[in-house]
Amino acid sequence: MEPFRQHKGIVAPLERANVDTDAIIPKQFLKSIKRTGFGDNLFDEMRYLDHGEPGQDCSQRPKNPDFVLNREPYCNATVLLAGRNFGCGSSREHAPWALKDFGFRVLIAPSFADIFYNNCFKNGLLPVVLPEETVERLFRAVEAEPGYQLAVDLPAQTVTTPSGEVLAFDIDGFRKHMLEQGLDEIGLTLQHADAIRAYEERRRREAPWLFRA
Amino acid sequence: MAGRTLYEKLWDDHVVRDNEDGTSLLYIDRQLVHEVTSPQAFEGLRLAGRQPWRTDANLAVADHNVPTTDRRGGIADPVSRLQVDTLDDNCRTYGITEFGMNDPRQGIVHVIGPEQGATLPGMTIVCGDSHTSTQGAMGAMAFGIGTSEVEHALATQTLVQQKSKTMLISVDGEPGPGVTAKDIILHIIGTIGTAGGTGYAIEYGGSAVRNLSMEGRMTICNMSIEAGARCGMIAVDDTTIDYIANRPFAPTGEQWEQAVAYWKTLHSDPDAAFDRVVHIDAATIQPQVSWGTSPEMVVPIHGSVPNPFKETDEARRTAYARALEYMGLEPETPMTDIWLDKIFIGSCTNARISDLREAARVVEGRRIADNIKLAMVVPGSGLVKKQAEDEGLDRVFKEAGFEWREAGCSMCLGMNPDQLSPGERCASTSNRNFEGRQGQGGRTHLVSPAMAAAAAVAGHFVDVREF
Ligand code: SF4
Repeated sequence: MEPFRQHKGIVAPLERANVDTDAIIPKQFLKSIKRTGFGDNLFDEMRYLDHGEPGQDCSQRPKNPDFVLNREPYCNATVLLAGRNFGCGSSREHAPWALKDFGFRVLIAPSFADIFYNNCFKNGLLPVVLPEETVERLFRAVEAEPGYQLAVDLPAQTVTTPSGEVLAFDIDGFRKHMLEQGLDEIGLTLQHADAIRAYEERRRREAPWLFRA
Repeated sequence: MAGRTLYEKLWDDHVVRDNEDGTSLLYIDRQLVHEVTSPQAFEGLRLAGRQPWRTDANLAVADHNVPTTDRRGGIADPVSRLQVDTLDDNCRTYGITEFGMNDPRQGIVHVIGPEQGATLPGMTIVCGDSHTSTQGAMGAMAFGIGTSEVEHALATQTLVQQKSKTMLISVDGEPGPGVTAKDIILHIIGTIGTAGGTGYAIEYGGSAVRNLSMEGRMTICNMSIEAGARCGMIAVDDTTIDYIANRPFAPTGEQWEQAVAYWKTLHSDPDAAFDRVVHIDAATIQPQVSWGTSPEMVVPIHGSVPNPFKETDEARRTAYARALEYMGLEPETPMTDIWLDKIFIGSCTNARISDLREAARVVEGRRIADNIKLAMVVPGSGLVKKQAEDEGLDRVFKEAGFEWREAGCSMCLGMNPDQLSPGERCASTSNRNFEGRQGQGGRTHLVSPAMAAAAAVAGHFVDVREF
């Protein structure tokens, strides 16, 4: 996985709470057996005026001119600013795949749904939690200045505004480390294969019914 | 030693090692696999040249894409077919047990796990599906994961996890007649909100929960995710143990005795401390109907659609106005004045046998209203379907004008042909009323099976208690 350290980019505002994974990537696109190619269908129902199906040429579809990602300069945004509980709903990892495929690297919201938050880290996408008032303030700043950019520094755990204001954020150490290094989590876990085997042996004695074939 | 909560007991029993950063490597006893979230995980294994750690810990079934009409001809949609074929191929390649589309045991993954006794108390259970929380009703730690974690669990039989905070939701007292498990959980979500459980593992307790059947408990745990929690659970008691006895994957003989002795320890100790406790008086719960596009947007059946202009909180006002626009509803419309186009009785929330019995009792000897274009019953599994047919429930439904379908997720999310058309309004026993969930532009109202059945007969929402 691609490591994440610093990133600076245009912020797209999506001022809605509870944006769910069905809205991020509608179910018909979940039929793909691939990990890539979801970017054109990110927010499909909000982004296009017709009904989308997998395998279409999206450049030919009628776009909703009012939707933020269809407008300059937001179509080139790499930072998404959203309302609370972003990513609620299903566990589909297609949601972070679609955001990443579109070009997003950072998501900022007052809160994220659990599974979605976790899925972001597996895909080199950094979800940043900032207080509701701060996010509110950022929405107003983006509104006042289209093309507004934010700089995010993962090692320092900061977001810096164009005026130089530094906003600190929290993140747990393990996730930070994995993302910074772009590590393969399975490979890391397999370094503990002996511990897993030892656990299994003990459980097999204590709770043999768990190991019935 | 201070008492431990059920969650803490389950956690402690599955720690393989504690990492330096406060996370732990947890052992996973059971992984359920379905066709939508697994292909990329198997692909990942293949690309890395890895093998599943323990094939016998996995059980696979296709449920999201399968047609609910006659299946003998296979799946018509080529994209859906490829996804189901890919699951079949992967299971064959890696030697994973799969219930194929035409196997009588096929069904919604969260229905068949408990039904087969494949998910048991004390287990850690994962699946690439958020409603895995359903199975916490067995006294297990069951939670949904993303595809990367599906791959991780396949390859290592473990997951790296951060311990959650604990919340007890205690529902005490006697619920009134006509108030079901679905009404209890909708009421809970309406009370704590869709982010109320974020960061928590929820345990449901109290006399009203204790008195529920296993099916009802599963309905409650199912919607934990709608309350923001990754897992919901209920302590083991005799109801749990009786439910498991003699199921195909359940232990037998000496191992059964051993297992039962252990399962009986799976409850929170009396002196265990929770990070948050919520008390709910069951007697105050009315049959619920959702009016909006988030499961927290619910009111009792005698309530009305809220008026956004009366909301003082701005975010809420905007959200309400948007929801009403999408739902095509006017503020302050009484819920009983909302007319419907379709009725869906199904999903991992409410498609077990007791759900079908409750709905059948309401429609028996009656007909669906003329304005209902389609009313369908989709059993949660092939075995639920068979049981219902043995009890004659299929006839009751068919005589009332319902369609009687094959098992699967169906119109819960409409990945197969069962969908709402734009603007169509549906009373649904499923768990999500998000925009477009049941079909683009479709309008979903979440209710219990009995309420959906009553609405089918009346053509609009009605109080099942006065029915
Ligand atoms: S029935 Fe609905 S909620 Fe349950 S697993 Fe299927 S799609 Fe998901």
